[in-house]
Amino acid sequence: MPSAASAKLPWRKEIYVIMSAEPLLSLKNVKVTFGGVRALKGVSFEVNPGEVHCLAGENGCGKSTLIKVITGVYTPESDAELYFDGKPITAMTPTLAQSLGIQVIWQDLALFDEMTVAENIGFQYAVNGKYGLVDKRAIEQAAEKALARLGVEIDLDKPLKELPIAQRQIVAIARALVGEARLVFMDEPTASLTQSETDYLIDIVRNLSASGVAVVFVSHRLAEVLEISDRITVLRDGSLVGVFPVEGMTQSRVTELMTGRNFDSAVIAADHDDKPVVLSVRGLSRAGEFEDVSFDLRRGETLGITGLLGAGRTELALTLFGMHRAQSGEVLIDGKKVDFHSNRDAIRAGVAYLSEDRLSLGLNQPQSIADNLVMASLDRLLSGGLISPSKKADVVSRWISALGVKIGLPEDPIRTLSGGNQQRVAIAKWLAIGPKILILDAPTVGVDVGARAGIFEIVRKLAAEGLSIIVISDEAPEVYFNTDRVIHMVEGRFHATYDPRRLSLTELESAIYA
Amino acid sequence: MRRLILGHTTEFTLLVVMVLLCTGLSFATDRFLTISNAFDVLNVSAVNIIFAVGLLVVLISGGIDISFAVAASVVQYVTVLALNALGGGNWAEGFIIAGAVGLSLGFVNAFLVWRLNIISIVATISTFNIFFGLLMFFTKGVSIYDLPEWLSTRVVFYEREMSDGSWVELTLPVVVMILCCIATWFMISRTTVGRKLYAFGDNPEGARRFGINIGAMHYISFGWLGLMAGIAGLMQAHYAQEVVPNALYGRELDVLAATVLGGARLGGGKGSVIGCVLGVLMVSITQSGLNLMGVSPFAFKMIVGAIILIAITLSSTRFDKLLPSALRTSTKKGSAQQ
Repeated sequence: MPSAASAKLPWRKEIYVIMSAEPLLSLKNVKVTFGGVRALKGVSFEVNPGEVHCLAGENGCGKSTLIKVITGVYTPESDAELYFDGKPITAMTPTLAQSLGIQVIWQDLALFDEMTVAENIGFQYAVNGKYGLVDKRAIEQAAEKALARLGVEIDLDKPLKELPIAQRQIVAIARALVGEARLVFMDEPTASLTQSETDYLIDIVRNLSASGVAVVFVSHRLAEVLEISDRITVLRDGSLVGVFPVEGMTQSRVTELMTGRNFDSAVIAADHDDKPVVLSVRGLSRAGEFEDVSFDLRRGETLGITGLLGAGRTELALTLFGMHRAQSGEVLIDGKKVDFHSNRDAIRAGVAYLSEDRLSLGLNQPQSIADNLVMASLDRLLSGGLISPSKKADVVSRWISALGVKIGLPEDPIRTLSGGNQQRVAIAKWLAIGPKILILDAPTVGVDVGARAGIFEIVRKLAAEGLSIIVISDEAPEVYFNTDRVIHMVEGRFHATYDPRRLSLTELESAIYA
Repeated sequence: MRRLILGHTTEFTLLVVMVLLCTGLSFATDRFLTISNAFDVLNVSAVNIIFAVGLLVVLISGGIDISFAVAASVVQYVTVLALNALGGGNWAEGFIIAGAVGLSLGFVNAFLVWRLNIISIVATISTFNIFFGLLMFFTKGVSIYDLPEWLSTRVVFYEREMSDGSWVELTLPVVVMILCCIATWFMISRTTVGRKLYAFGDNPEGARRFGINIGAMHYISFGWLGLMAGIAGLMQAHYAQEVVPNALYGRELDVLAATVLGGARLGGGKGSVIGCVLGVLMVSITQSGLNLMGVSPFAFKMIVGAIILIAITLSSTRFDKLLPSALRTSTKKGSAQQ
């Protein structure tokens, strides 16, 4: 192989780097079929040594399938070609992928909660010891070395379950480095990180890339994709849309490539001063969470609350929803003072809260779409003390069509739906109680760009119908384009209120992330 | 030392509770804190500890087993019948037969859980009934009193008469128990197989993605418990000097409670041999203390149940959670980082 030979000559390699690097990984004509459905329709993919490459596309476009082909979990149809370091690879297996230095950091991290940080990072040494024995020194040294390479200090003896999610992410990256990684896939690494943690992760990825490790980044957050990547490969419906350099790329262009549609973003903010006040919060405080919070929310108004994770946004929402009790201050709904003892009181008063963690708290995954949809409004379906099947069917079909949820049968388990459709059902669940106030906490986490736009279309429609909505998000564009007013929370206090019509998105972003 | 305590908070709490319990009992009765009573407790607990370290391995790997005590009954019966058919046999043959029968019964459970994909509690409740049903059917409930002579003769490694006239003995079941503990400890904490078992119990999907052979994990964990159950069955026959088909029936829940008390987590990934030993001893000490205090045996179960509840609450609940919420806000902020 000429390429393999040339790689051994340092001066030749340098020339290659200057001209155009020899790809580290190259795939051609990858086709994968599951039960008659083509998941990948002849995709090509290339990663250069040391580059940060973004794999973009909506859920179900074939990103995960492609990663699984590269790591040997799935076998593509026989006419596919796979080269690593210029050498053809006929049959990829997970073991071979690992020995070639291909590592994947899965979205769920696949770490071991009960083990210590050291045991997690050095797990490869723990399962591959000499004579079947565990070498604790080797594990600890490997862990120390990997963390040092990332420039991070984490207590090696701490059980993993005691670490915050951002540090677990780092542990997962460190574990990949122990295996002498040359190519690291990161599947949605920032989905549960705050902005500052994301920045930190981005620094780490840059360091990795500078030390010669190629990183393939899979993310829904286009801002960070554009910030970090050298090139972007876009997939849509199992086909390659194209490979693009990041220079000159914009978020809306990437969105268009991913979805094949064009989403125009425009500020929708409007005045609602003539409408009655639905929710009035006066000097609300809860020690250690938020302090002296006051605001009015009018009929049909959409209020955005932003700020970094830990600024007290979710805690405020949970208090408004009656799950926590405020220590001082008052809440008025329709001018009447309310005192919620639990969220049952809040629901009765017309407050609905869509939780941040939709997958584990908001929906009951194994249950059917219909059962999930009526979960919050069961008492409205009673007929003689029993749930009336016809009333239930009415409610289900009404909301499914109103929110445009794409489903097979209402009896299918909800986990069969995509993230965006699950989120619609979660919203429908709360709309079915006929709320006056809807609080959406991080409504687009884990939802595709295309589906995000759909969710905010729903929000706009509901607001036009007179529902008062609070949108909590740490993504500035989300609140900027979709709300009437943006409140910026810092350390539990209302720091500032912005009108999207009076400042640019960049100004808002720099105010929040500064 | 800090590391040792931090890594084993449950075991450490249990040890403290046990010391307090012993102190209390030694004031309540003058015969409790004697060497001979300590040896009594060990002799009585040996069989349960052997069961417990076997069960520990299954719990660590995320499974559960209800059938091991009746499996041990089957082992006892089959082993003694086989030995009698062989014309008596000896200790080596006894251990080999008991171990092999126990191992195969463990493999039956592993097969059901792994191959037929039945969750372990359901699979082992079924085998619990099947093993016990078959045993009662074929034996018609008849006990065997005619054991080979070597099996029913007490093997004493160390004995001594104390100055107060009491008798101290270190018997075979205790020695076997210690060997089983060492073997289990070595397997789960020093070998790669042990690490894989912990990993599999902790996060099965994570373990699978790491290329760990999940089927092997099932056979190893249930097989190990089967082996331990076989050995425990033989020791029980030796200790009781008879084989009664239903003698061990019901033992599984006592052992399970003691093992969980010792810090093993139902759901996998956590547990230690020392915790197991402490858990079983804790229950035995309580019973022994109550006995010496002259408490009615009818009250034992109730008191043991209460002790298990208290000990588990102490070791798994952070104390601040027991306080009213108003007093908790300050502590909560500290932990908000997690």
